[in-house]
Amino acid sequence: MRIIYTLLVKEFKQIFRNRFMLPVIFVIPLVQMIILTYAASLEMKDIKMAVVDQDHSTASRLLVSSFTGSPFFRITLQTGDDREATRWLHRDKVDVILHVKDDFEKGLFREGSADLQLVINAINATEAGLIQAYCTRIITGFNSQLRTGLSGPESSAGMPSLEIIPAFWYNPEFDYKIYMFCGILVILVTLIGMLLTALNLVREKEMGTTEQINVTPIRKTHFIIAKLLPFWIIALFELGFGLILGRLLYDLPIVGSPLLLFLFAAIYLLAVLGIGLFLSTMSHTQQQLMFMSFFFMVTFILMSGVFTPTESMPDWAQEMNRVNPLAYFMRVIRMILLKGSGFRDISREFFSMLVYASTILTLAVVSYRKTT
Amino acid sequence: MSVVIHRVDKSFKEFRALKQVDLRLDSGELFGVIGPDGAGKSTLFRIIASLLAPDSGRCEVNGFNVVRDYREVRRLIGYMPGRFSLYMDLSVEENLNFYARVFGTSVRANYELIREVYRHIEPFKKRLAKRLSGGMKQKLALSCALIHRPQVLVLDEPTTGVDAVSRGEFWELLESIRQEGITILVSTPYMDEAERCDRVALMQKGRVLDVADPSEIGKGDMLPIYALRSNREVYPFLKRIRKLEGCRSAWLFGDELHVTLKAPQHASAFRKEIAGWEDDSLKWVPISPSIEDRFMWLMTEAGEAGTAPGSMNENNSLSEDYKYT
Repeated sequence: MRIIYTLLVKEFKQIFRNRFMLPVIFVIPLVQMIILTYAASLEMKDIKMAVVDQDHSTASRLLVSSFTGSPFFRITLQTGDDREATRWLHRDKVDVILHVKDDFEKGLFREGSADLQLVINAINATEAGLIQAYCTRIITGFNSQLRTGLSGPESSAGMPSLEIIPAFWYNPEFDYKIYMFCGILVILVTLIGMLLTALNLVREKEMGTTEQINVTPIRKTHFIIAKLLPFWIIALFELGFGLILGRLLYDLPIVGSPLLLFLFAAIYLLAVLGIGLFLSTMSHTQQQLMFMSFFFMVTFILMSGVFTPTESMPDWAQEMNRVNPLAYFMRVIRMILLKGSGFRDISREFFSMLVYASTILTLAVVSYRKTT
Repeated sequence: MSVVIHRVDKSFKEFRALKQVDLRLDSGELFGVIGPDGAGKSTLFRIIASLLAPDSGRCEVNGFNVVRDYREVRRLIGYMPGRFSLYMDLSVEENLNFYARVFGTSVRANYELIREVYRHIEPFKKRLAKRLSGGMKQKLALSCALIHRPQVLVLDEPTTGVDAVSRGEFWELLESIRQEGITILVSTPYMDEAERCDRVALMQKGRVLDVADPSEIGKGDMLPIYALRSNREVYPFLKRIRKLEGCRSAWLFGDELHVTLKAPQHASAFRKEIAGWEDDSLKWVPISPSIEDRFMWLMTEAGEAGTAPGSMNENNSLSEDYKYT
């Protein structure tokens, strides 16, 4: 205990004496929380639209006006020439073309149906999907409006019609920022835990101080505990700091128990620190380490479900996610914060993480050598 | 016996770093190991410090085996690695306190022992280790190695890269530490430092060539030795000397050439030959060999140095020149 205490005092002194550390702990979270949460939002405003109206009828004008009325769309080009619209799309001046053919109104009233064409720039698939969804919603609205208008209000009771009123559970205002915020907080805590631990370990290796440490009665386990514990504490502190920021900046709902979240994070961080330790055993310089952890972090982050739901990934990817600690925490933090899940709901993730942490830590400690 | 090294071998892959090394240190002696870089000094010291296990042979410190009883050995020895290995981002005081606490002691408890060393750096105790000069770093490292009152002090090239004045001071400190009854094992590439040891071992290419009292080391079985001096460069003559019949070995020594002969009767032939070399200031004189001459001669005997070109540098250090032979 005396040795561990002495080592811990030394570690903390070194960590806070490092001029690079304080900005990492306080500035990076602020920047990430503020910038990334807004930047990574999937809400779209100001979709630039070209309208090719070849019909010039009441119905077509009504349709176009329902797009103009939407806050999401801005009509930048109105023309009768579809080739001009295509040119605009090529030049990236519009994102979507709405094409109304000259038989639109005729078709609607005579045959009861008409075709519309939407041409969407799909270079960014996510964006294209969103534009399509927004357009569909507006056109559906126009459709039902048309039907009530056609048959008159009194007869509408006789016409069976389906109306969908969506209710967004756990995020009633459909606020994308809250969802993103949780994801970014997870990335941040993981980055602090994994990277800083590994960097610190490799730095000690680079400085050659282990040569002197090795002739003291300090044991390997003492040494490792004293190396990991400070970053475990700092990462947990970071989680708390992040939650407070989220509360202040985004009115982050904390529906579930914060205590449960910290309990899970404590176990989760053991696994993350274990990975950091493991990475440090495989590299001799900080540079090597940066490249390796970059590879692991990017893979872990993109597969964790921060942007895209893991459930929609192919089966093999979902299988791979079993060894991705971020995927577990990503799910759990949203369940606890947004949905208010209790221990029973996250017990599967909790015990998986427990097994994960003990496996990776054992592996890392065994492969760790104080000598180079 | 304080340290016993018995037929120790150590290889790194193909490279044989130590070959059948035998050494015995008496308690309380100041024992020097001299040799060029790559002679195996650091490897030997790391084995004694329990940082490396020998491939074969036996190494004991005060009766404790460095492999089996490494925990005891680590309490008994104070080790100072060749490269500064303390924490650069901790202050002098913090480094010292850290090592004291790790060994379960305190600076105050052993202050008397380290006082002589520590008083030189105590005025700078709040300064970070990275801001210390080379000489001060060495003193701090020595203080840290002493703080748990070891019985054997193992110092790997403590004066390399330290200025001449600090080197002198450092050896005086070692002298005072020896007064406390601590056995000191120290390696150095500087020949002049060897003379301050009780005994020295000469090492070359993983072998111990000789162990002797530094004052005795020039005597014994060594052949007569001659110096060729000149007011001008003598280096150009090295090749010519070596080509002469009767030359056993020749090497540069500072700004002179030192030569041993196959037999004493060749001396007159040499004198005659040199007289015709168009340099009036050339002098051919018999000299009494220094420890360095002894070392060079031993290496020639081992069949390794006589052919080696190059010279000693100003510090009389062997380190640079024989690195690449």
